[in-house]
Amino acid sequence: MHEMGIASSVLDAVRAEARRFPNGHVYKVVLRIGALAGVDPDAVSFCFGALVLGSGLEPLALEIEYRSRQHVCAACGRSFAAANEDSACPECGSADAVFSGGDELEIAYLEVEDGAPAARA
Amino acid sequence: MERLPLERKVLSENDRIAAGLRERFAENDILCLNLISSPGSGKTSLLERTLESFDPSERVAVLTGDIQTENDAKRLARSGFPVKQITTGGTCHLDARMIEKGLAGWNLECIDLLLIENVGNLVCPSSYDLGEAAKVVVFSVTEGEDKPLKYPSIFFKSQLMVLNKIDLLPYVPFDVELAVRNARQIHRDMEIVRTSCQTREGLGDWLSWLARQRKKPRAAAPVS
Repeated sequence: MHEMGIASSVLDAVRAEARRFPNGHVYKVVLRIGALAGVDPDAVSFCFGALVLGSGLEPLALEIEYRSRQHVCAACGRSFAAANEDSACPECGSADAVFSGGDELEIAYLEVEDGAPAARA
Repeated sequence: MERLPLERKVLSENDRIAAGLRERFAENDILCLNLISSPGSGKTSLLERTLESFDPSERVAVLTGDIQTENDAKRLARSGFPVKQITTGGTCHLDARMIEKGLAGWNLECIDLLLIENVGNLVCPSSYDLGEAAKVVVFSVTEGEDKPLKYPSIFFKSQLMVLNKIDLLPYVPFDVELAVRNARQIHRDMEIVRTSCQTREGLGDWLSWLARQRKKPRAAAPVS
């Protein structure tokens, strides 16, 4: 529901990083979204596309790295990517697991073409 | 082509402001709690009962968020404690900057407990740190028992779950044990209290939890 704000924050981060590459061009930003981040990847992409137009940062692509929910098995302690809330442990088959992650909302990396980075401010 | 790792949270600007708030709360020894629930789960009623229970000499303040209207602030202001409404105008959550603005004009040295009532929404508020010491999720028995499974993020990040409206249990097909089991599947160590703001059953448990938090030393780092 706040995807426009998310897209705008991503663009701000790219803009700040782009200043370090006055002779280069940031052409891709990779955003990591967890299954439980409460953020719709399609809506973020849509908003991002609209914000990039006329931003002076074009061409700039957004790639989304989707991360599934993570569980820790209560029986054997194995961490695993779970398809849903009642996924069984791949190690021991137990359905007794606790949620441990998959709610990330992070900018993973940028892809930059040419130009050495200016010194960090 | 060069790959430039950032590994930065998208909401790092919000987190930066929240860290500043958390520092100010620690300096002034303020316990700040962020109450989150679906619309209509009883956050405002819970706060009304909470404020009623305090002696007027207590140094308590409330920030209450809604998309529109000052209704909640008006209800809560009857308690006599300082209350400010944050009207977001459409935004579905409170963010740290709104809290910073909401606090403007208040002398933090005169506050010991700051209660924040977030906008009724179980999704977006879970992403925004407000500088609170703990998030509290309010979940009422007129909702589905599977709410923790449907909205795991907020249950995972909350230190306490208040299962509210228990006076309605005789009239609704709500399985308390199943709801608690679902909540524990998401957050095994979450504390849980059961309350009714109508009969006042269980409010003592909520107030004792609150009293225990007020005695804890204030952490400078975020608690999720």
